[in-house]
Order: sequence, then structure tokens, then C-alpha cells
Amino acid sequence: MAKISNIFEPRIVCFFCKWCTSAGADLAGTSRMQYLPNGIPICVMCSSRVDPEHVLWAFKRGADGVFIGGCHPGDCHYQSGNYKTRRRVFLLKQVLKDFGIEPERLRLEWISASEGKRFTQVMDEFIEEVRSLGKLKV
Amino acid sequence: MKRIGVFVCWCGSNIAETVDVKKVVEVIKKYPGVAHAEDYIFVCSNPGQKLVQETIKEKRLDSLVIACCSPTLHETTFRDLSRLTGLNPYQCEIANIREQCSWVHKDNKEEATRKAIKIIRTIVEKANQNESLEPISTPVTRQALVIGGGIAGIQASLDIANAGYEVLLVERNPSIGGHMIQLSETFPTLDCSQCILTPKMVEVSRHPKIRVLAYSEVQEISGYVGNFNVKILKKPRYVIEDKCNLCGKCVDVCPVAAPSEFDNNLAARKAIYLPFPQAIPATYTIDIEHCPGFLPIACGKCADVCEPQAIDFDMRPEIIEEKVGAIVVATGYDLYSPKNIGEYGNGKYEDVMDGMQFERLLSATGPTGGEVRRLSDNKVPKRVVFVSCVGSRDTEHHLPYCSKICCMYMAKHAMLYKHKVPDGEAIVFYIDTRAGGKGYEEFVTRTQEEDKVIYIRGKASKIFKNGNGKLIVWGADTLLGKQVEVECDMVVLSMAMVPSNGAKDLISKLKIPSDAYGFVNEAHPKLRPVESISAGFYLAGCTQAPKDIPETVAQASGAASKVTDLFAEEELKHEPIVAAVDEDLCSGCGICVPLCPYDARELEIKDEKRIAKVNEILCEGCGSCISACPSAAVQQRNFKDNQIFKMVDAILS
Repeated sequence: MAKISNIFEPRIVCFFCKWCTSAGADLAGTSRMQYLPNGIPICVMCSSRVDPEHVLWAFKRGADGVFIGGCHPGDCHYQSGNYKTRRRVFLLKQVLKDFGIEPERLRLEWISASEGKRFTQVMDEFIEEVRSLGKLKV
Repeated sequence: MKRIGVFVCWCGSNIAETVDVKKVVEVIKKYPGVAHAEDYIFVCSNPGQKLVQETIKEKRLDSLVIACCSPTLHETTFRDLSRLTGLNPYQCEIANIREQCSWVHKDNKEEATRKAIKIIRTIVEKANQNESLEPISTPVTRQALVIGGGIAGIQASLDIANAGYEVLLVERNPSIGGHMIQLSETFPTLDCSQCILTPKMVEVSRHPKIRVLAYSEVQEISGYVGNFNVKILKKPRYVIEDKCNLCGKCVDVCPVAAPSEFDNNLAARKAIYLPFPQAIPATYTIDIEHCPGFLPIACGKCADVCEPQAIDFDMRPEIIEEKVGAIVVATGYDLYSPKNIGEYGNGKYEDVMDGMQFERLLSATGPTGGEVRRLSDNKVPKRVVFVSCVGSRDTEHHLPYCSKICCMYMAKHAMLYKHKVPDGEAIVFYIDTRAGGKGYEEFVTRTQEEDKVIYIRGKASKIFKNGNGKLIVWGADTLLGKQVEVECDMVVLSMAMVPSNGAKDLISKLKIPSDAYGFVNEAHPKLRPVESISAGFYLAGCTQAPKDIPETVAQASGAASKVTDLFAEEELKHEPIVAAVDEDLCSGCGICVPLCPYDARELEIKDEKRIAKVNEILCEGCGSCISACPSAAVQQRNFKDNQIFKMVDAILS
């Protein structure tokens, strides 16, 4: 699959929680499941470590999309971190609108350590969605 | 600026085939802070590690980035290596360019190489600002709590106690023994279940290091590995354990009968009862739901005849508080109720019973003294149908998983029935026969060949009574491609195993992860099968998944040895990547305090100023409070905001 120069390649920052989503990404790797390479991972201990400021910073620095992956509700390694993330992302999406950034450019997903397949599907789908939104214009 | 050394592993061809490692090294060499970069075929090999060690010394490196497989695999290897070489282990970081790069972008080498460079750059940025840290030490309470007194809990308790540590064994029923004590004989050797279990029960009751708290339930748990606080509710038995001499006169005079739990409701017991003769603790219990004496002086006949005066109607529930260092969860299983299966009569036919009820019929201590007799008319059934996978392996209506033990106990049931009723006929409806285990396949073959049990491959579609009151089983014989109809005297359903009733509530109190069916999750399905991902919790038996007795015992011993490992440490080491407060910046607003799931944040007055402190021992390092601090006064060690900003920059620049 040679890169075709006129296709827009979005730049995506991915925050994965260590216990679920990063482990799910590892499983996708161990199972050799292929997906698009546009998302670059940053592994944090819990999705709740992701500060809205980190997301805004990424957009400010030119990210076309930001992905946050945590454990499923009820499965958080830290009991309730993902609920905090969910609330923060909900509010942050309102703020993004005010900045003129499409809220779809920020995606929060729950991916467990056993969901390698789902990880690749979500990644591809999000990258394509950001691709269709085009380059971030702010 | 630090002097960071970057080592890019080929992992043979696993990485190097997709990622151009030479190019990666060339680019990374020029990145700010990188003092040295090189690639090597297997950095984790002995020569690879030696190379890293020598380079650290030679190039005076103060930080290390290994670009290789997932940190779950070799982070410990390289952190240990750092320590041995005089480098603080927290100065060593792993860049995952295998699982999250080379293996998943195999057909796009150019992009994979670009991504690998970006991943390594983020980790270099993180390493650049990492502090040297020391693990946080916490003391350890050398007493284990074992929840559940079945064979899993009994084995775990004995192993921990035999290693010299105190054990608190909590069982919610009046006696320990679990389901195993109810079984007749056990496959594939046909040992009598009670004969092999009761010596262990006696050992538990006599062991100086084990305290049995039966008829008790765990009510509350707080704390963390090494230092849990538990509150246990001891339900009142209304019989003083130490005074009861087991004379049994109370049972003779008790006027109330209730269904016997031990006999799975096939027989009755009195309101004051001993669950079974070898019960431990050996004492009677009054079941207040059925006892009329609980209403003031409506009866009280048992108290009148009790010579040692062991009956105490004023007994109250007691809360016992204990400190423990580790918890073994061994809550076991229950059977999926036949009431859920409409096509098999929703449990309304007396002679259609579940596997555990049939065990009681087969057992010498059972309601019929070991004779197989029908509940409806007490006659010996001449044709018995055994149905497998009832509720199991049914993705559409019931439970998708395999309950694992049914194929074997069904073969055993059919065999034991044939031993007891040699002129009877045993017919088994099965989907597949799963007999993986030592001597298991041979056992099933023996059932078919020696005991002439008829195996029909196919599911029973309907069980009903015809006009003459005879039980009819409709099913398919998929090998012959025919519908079959069997008239029989009794049907035994191999019901699916489900987590024990009440386990769900307990698991949510323990805050340990479980799967969609309520079975507790192991930390790793292959490599850490006896512990929870939540530190300090260990799993034994069917609480984790359906399993048979040998597997349960093996897992219980495994869990026990993990507990003794933990207790052998002088102190426990706790990851130091915890929250740290800059007291000058903290305004004492307290937003962080309710966010912490571990009560690690609390407000304190210091020099007349409110400060939100961090209790480092309690802090698990999730970072929830850090993202919420409006003045950025709290930072996570080695996950500081500035580090994350720089990592983002490394991706986007």
C-alpha cells in the first residue's frame, strides 16, 4: 500500500490507559491485526490522567484528531477513573465547539485488554473520520 | 539536558522486517538529549544487555530508552539492568515499537518507520524529564483472609497456614465444605468425595494458625495490598458453639421442618439443624426464618431439652474487624436454575432434577441412603436420560461458555446409576464430549463400553409428560440425522455453572474486575492465572471460571503460594509514580479530595494555610486528581504535565 500523495494523512495523538486500551493495542499487535498508522500512542496510567489541557495543547500544536482510550465502565483499574474522563470529555467537547473545532475530532472509547480486534476497528474508523473532516482549521 | 542512550531492538526480524532500524537510529541520534543511539539484533539477550551496560558506563549515560516490545514484557529486565549498572531504574523507559508499530503496519514500511521514530521521540521526551525515584515501602500484615470455605478455600487456608502465617477463613454457610461435601463420588477415580474432603476439614478446624468464621459474611473492605481492613458480619446461630455437645436432642423435639440445603431441597431438616454429620464447626444452628421460638416464647422446646444450655435466643449479629495483608477469593459456584429452561419444564417435574440433586441421590449420606429412587413415587427408575449443556454453550438464550465439568460428571452419573441399577438403561444426550484431563477420556470410554451407557449425539429439544404421566424426551440424533423420542422415568439436567449466588455483591465490595458473567478476572489469562489485577487479591476455584476439583486445588495452592511470597517480604514495595503536591501552588480548594478513589488526598492546615496532602502509601498513581487541579499544584511523578506536553510536541513537530 504505497502512500498516495494527494490523500490527506491526519496527525492523531492517542492517549491510552495502561491497563485496558494499551493492553488491547498490544493484543492487536500480538495477533498481527493491521490498522492505519496515523495515531501515535502516549501511554498513561489511567485515562483520567488526561487533562483537558493536554487535548487542547495537541490541537493547538496541529493535531487533526485526539483519541482517548480507557477501560469499560465498571472495569477501571482505578475503580472510577474512566467516569471522570467521561465527564471531562463531555464538557471538553462543548468547549471545542466554541473554539471552532469539530467535537468529532476528539474521541473517547472504552477498549478492554481482550478487545484487540475492536481496537483496530475503532482506530481505523476514527482515522477515516478525521480524514473526512480534513485538516484542522483554526 | 540529559545524556540519553537509545537502543533500537530488531527483535530478530519482528521489528527490523517492517521498521528501518538503521534509519530510526540515524534520525534519533540527532534528537535533543540523545547522547547515543544504536540498533542491535536482540537487546534483551545476554550480549545485548552487556552492550547496554558497557555503553552506559562508556558514554556516561544518565537515562535509557529501549525501543523494543511492549513494556509489559521487558520493562523489568531493563530497569533491573539499570539498577545493576548504577542507574536509577526509573530513568529507564521502554518505547513500544513492536506490538504497537511493526506488527500492526506490516505492509507500510515507510509509515511504520516514521511512526517508530515518533514513538521513540515521545519516550525520549519523557525520559528527559524523569526523576530518579525509589519505591515506596509499606509494612505488611501477615494474616490472610480466605473468603469461601469450599475445597478451594480449604486448600488455600491449609497451604498458607502450613507456611506459618495466620489465616482467617470466612464461610457464609453454617459449615465449611462447600459443594464438594455434597458430592457422591468423584471422577475419574470414583473416590468418595466426603472421605477425601473431611480429613482436610478436620485439619482446618484443628490448625493453630487458622480461625474459621462460619455463618459469617464479609461486609466491608478498605485499604490496600498488605494492609486491608475488613469488617465481617458474624450471623447469630442462636447456639453457643463451645457449649453445644452435638447430642441432637434439640432436633428430636423441634416441631418445624424446612428444606435441607445440604440435600438440595430433596429432603427436610429441622429449624435447628446440623447441615451434615461432619460439619465444621461442629455445632447446631437455628434457622430463624423457620424457627417459631424466635418470636418470644412461642416454642423454645429445644432450649428446654438442651442440657449444656447452649441455646441463646438473644444472640445478636456481631461485627468482627480484622487487619489482613492478602485476600483469597474462593466464592465458588452455583448451578443455573432449571427454572430458566422453559422447554425442559421450568423445573416443575419432580423427576427432572439437576446434577447436584442427582449427586445427593447417589450419595450414601443422601436422602435415600444412596439408592436411586424417584421423588414422585419412590420407585427405582429403569430408564434415566442425562442431558448435557443445559444453559451452557447457548449463545442465543442462555450462557455462551462451556461449564467444563458437566461432560465428566454426566459420564460419572450414568456409570454410578448403572452400578446401582444394573438392569436400568442410561441414555446421554450430548453435543460434544469434552474429556480433556488425566484419565478422563478413558473414563468416558469405560462408561460407554463397560457400563453400556448409550450416548446420543444431539440436544434434547423438549421434556414433557404425556397423557399417561410418563416423562418424554424429544431430541435429535445428529449422527443418524433422525428425530428421537425417549420415554423415561427420570431426567438429569447438567446445568451450567454460574458464579455463586451473592458473589456479585461481594466482588463489587472488593472492587476487583470480573467478566460479563460475574466470574472474577485473572491478571493475565495465561501468565498470571491465580491473581487479580488488583494487588493483594488472589483467586481460587470456580470464582474465576468453571473448573473441576484437581484444577481448583491446583489453583488454590497457586494462590496460597502467591500469598506466602507476599508475606515473605520484609516490606512491600509500591510504585513511586504517585501524586506530589507543590505546596506553594496549592490553594487548598480541595477539589482533588473527593476525586481520589483511595482516600489518599486530604486537606491539612500547614502554617495557617490549607494544603491538599498526598498519602503516598495510599496513592495508586492514577492521576485523576492531577488532571482536576485548577492550579496545577499537583503533578504525577514521571508523568508531569510538562512531560506530556513535550510528548505531544514530539508527535506533532
